[in-house]
Amino acid sequence: MRVFKAALQHPLAWPCLTLVLLVLLDLTHNANFLSLSMLDGHLFGAPIDILNRAAPLVLVSLGMTLVIATRGIDISVGAVVAIAGAAAATILADDPHAVGEALIAALTVGVLAGMWNGVLVAFVGMQPIIATLILMVAGRGVAQLLTGGQIIPIGSPGYLFVGGGYLARMPCSVWVAMCGIALTALLMNRTALGLFIRAIGINPVATRLVGLRSGAIVFGVYTFSGLTAAIAGILASSNVRSADGNNAGLLLELDAILAVTLGGTSLLGGRFSLAGTVLGALIIQTLTYTTYSIGVPPEATLVVKAAVVLVVSVVQSATARTVLVRHLRRAFAGVSKRPITEAAK
Amino acid sequence: MTGSPILETIGLSKSFPGVKALQKVDFRLYKGEIHTLMGQNGAGKSTLINVLTGVHEHDAGEILLGGQPVKFATPLEAEAAGIRTLYQEVNLCPNLSVAENMFAGRQPKRRGAIDWKTIHARAEAALAELNVSLDVTKSLDTYPIAVQQMVAIARAVSVDARVLILDEPTSSLDDSEVARLFDVLRKLKQSDIAILFVTHFLEQTYAISDRITVMRNGECEGEYLAKDLPVELLVSKMVGHERMTERLQRAESEPPAPMTAVPPFIEMHGVGRRGVMNPVDIDVQPGQILGLAGLLGSGRTETARLLFGAERADAGTMTIDGRAAKLHSPRDAVRHGIGYCPEDRKKEGIVADLSIRENIILALQARLGWWRSISKKKQREIADDYIGRLGITARDAEQPIGLLSGGNQQKVLLARWLATEPKMLILDEPTRGIDVAAKFEIMDRMLALCAKGLGILFISSEVSEVVRVSHRIAVLRDRYKVAEVAGNATSEDQVYRLIAGGNQ
Repeated sequence: MRVFKAALQHPLAWPCLTLVLLVLLDLTHNANFLSLSMLDGHLFGAPIDILNRAAPLVLVSLGMTLVIATRGIDISVGAVVAIAGAAAATILADDPHAVGEALIAALTVGVLAGMWNGVLVAFVGMQPIIATLILMVAGRGVAQLLTGGQIIPIGSPGYLFVGGGYLARMPCSVWVAMCGIALTALLMNRTALGLFIRAIGINPVATRLVGLRSGAIVFGVYTFSGLTAAIAGILASSNVRSADGNNAGLLLELDAILAVTLGGTSLLGGRFSLAGTVLGALIIQTLTYTTYSIGVPPEATLVVKAAVVLVVSVVQSATARTVLVRHLRRAFAGVSKRPITEAAK
Repeated sequence: MTGSPILETIGLSKSFPGVKALQKVDFRLYKGEIHTLMGQNGAGKSTLINVLTGVHEHDAGEILLGGQPVKFATPLEAEAAGIRTLYQEVNLCPNLSVAENMFAGRQPKRRGAIDWKTIHARAEAALAELNVSLDVTKSLDTYPIAVQQMVAIARAVSVDARVLILDEPTSSLDDSEVARLFDVLRKLKQSDIAILFVTHFLEQTYAISDRITVMRNGECEGEYLAKDLPVELLVSKMVGHERMTERLQRAESEPPAPMTAVPPFIEMHGVGRRGVMNPVDIDVQPGQILGLAGLLGSGRTETARLLFGAERADAGTMTIDGRAAKLHSPRDAVRHGIGYCPEDRKKEGIVADLSIRENIILALQARLGWWRSISKKKQREIADDYIGRLGITARDAEQPIGLLSGGNQQKVLLARWLATEPKMLILDEPTRGIDVAAKFEIMDRMLALCAKGLGILFISSEVSEVVRVSHRIAVLRDRYKVAEVAGNATSEDQVYRLIAGGNQ
């Protein structure tokens, strides 16, 4: 019991538990849920499918985690996903062989978008939600201008390989996401950036007074968020074989914020967990998969999803748990003993 | 002081995991008295207050209010019983008007709507009772902290208050504001309210208290009439060893080392910034302490911030190590080997959720840049080294700095800068809110560092402290530098005269 309790103290305990419960739920409906099969040298199965589909969300959430760790937020990532896809598609529409150019264009556009956000937040001093709201709205417009309001189909085999192909038995997009995770983790743990970002998130004033260029770091973090959104945009457009200025990455920013919070990173900045974020993104994707697989009617999926998210968030909040436990104890113990109130800290 | 106490604790005990915060504390508070609770950080003052006000529940013992045993589960219950508490920071809404702040949550209503006329009239009346008159319709943040505190007191005592608890209410007030606050407290005392006062300032304790209770290590060390307890004895009771008395006297007789002519490390000529600080000439020499004396608002902190680049100068010239320099940001200052321990330790100094280790290496790492990361092992070495050298009391280097006492936090901040091997340190009120023993330790460190060639700019609102350690003292008044005197050729009185506007 004590070991169990101690394990629950670990910040990743709750997201892990949620994911395990979701998988168990799937297993009760489909005993073969976890089984993988090999076809033409490619792995197939529900877990692979979930990983594949979660890849763009994971990437966007990585950038979002760092932004949130600096007490910021980036609600423009969905729009950046659309712009990146549109940029690549317009180049490929002219020349299907210009895959390299298309990729570079998409990434450049994402980085520029991130820099724009970074300038507004770090140097102009705008509130992050407002600064990125501008690009969230304008970005969709830019994407639609690029695509001319149409859905541009993508036929370039090289480009389609990035989001739809297989590499060493695994979907290519899974590899891309894993590289993203590894690189971000390296940057945060092997350099001092992780420390700086946490320090800025906890106390920006003190951070400036130790001689850190907080502005530059915040700028960099938004730029990074733009970059990860662009990579996600490439994966998404490649996966659906088209660029859609209207609907690509729609509401992805909200899923990303949700993934970050499910992973245990506080919206108040400071401590962050990349592993938690990845788990959060997987929870969201698994949940979507589950609602379909257990036969929730399509019109009810969003409601079911919302309900699950609500429960998970409540259970993950330490404050809410204390209150719940106290009430449960009162209800069960009744007159036997005074409720033990935790030190209010 | 006759009759039975209004608030009494008998054998009160409270433990937190691993700590006995209160052990069998007997404490009495009478109607119409001002009773000061003294003790070092961690002596149990805050825990006692928290138990009395329902923040924590006690484990054993009794609390009697007006002779009746009581037990408060929440602060609201304690408030309903007439125990009102004011914490260090003013817990009001700065954006609301004075009147709104005083009646928030219990607005008088007329026909379902808030009755503003009555609110304003009653707010004015309540403040007038404390001899405070102000426009109650203006928002709270238009008034200085001291006035905000009066408003908080007026709110606290306006309905059926029996006990008023003030937890370090004076830590951000200057002398005249303190005097004003004390007038209000004396007034309240006459209306039979019992006042429990917590402070670190010895002078203030004697200026206001009828009785003093000293706490140490969670135990009640004794209860004394203020007039019967000499200050040396009080300090030794708080610290727990009699040697402190000796120590105090020795410190007072120790003259600062004589001045020698060394080229200054930093020189400011007419450096100022409009609206912040008038042009000022300051120079700090290696191996010397330059003290800045002056009242709150005289420009002490502003001068420090100009020296550190935290405030960009718009006038004057600066030389560092004999070469012209311009400080655009703290980063520039840090590169020149300057470190700054700011006045507001919590808001501007510590990064609360980070560990001691991370807080210590932060400035060094900032100087190295993000790419050249200090290895975990090296970080541990640096942190453990300073924890040992500065006598930082902590479980280990991984403890979050926010959980440490004020004195230990200050030592960590000192370590943060020492790790960068600075040439000059700016210490803005390094001893504020710190118990006496830690205060002496920090002063000792300063002198030792100074002997090794570090230049120090030392700011303190306690003139005696400035006079005791400084080689030279610059006196500021109304954002001007009005005088500079040699430390060993001056007395406290003289500095006070200069501050007050007299002649040398």
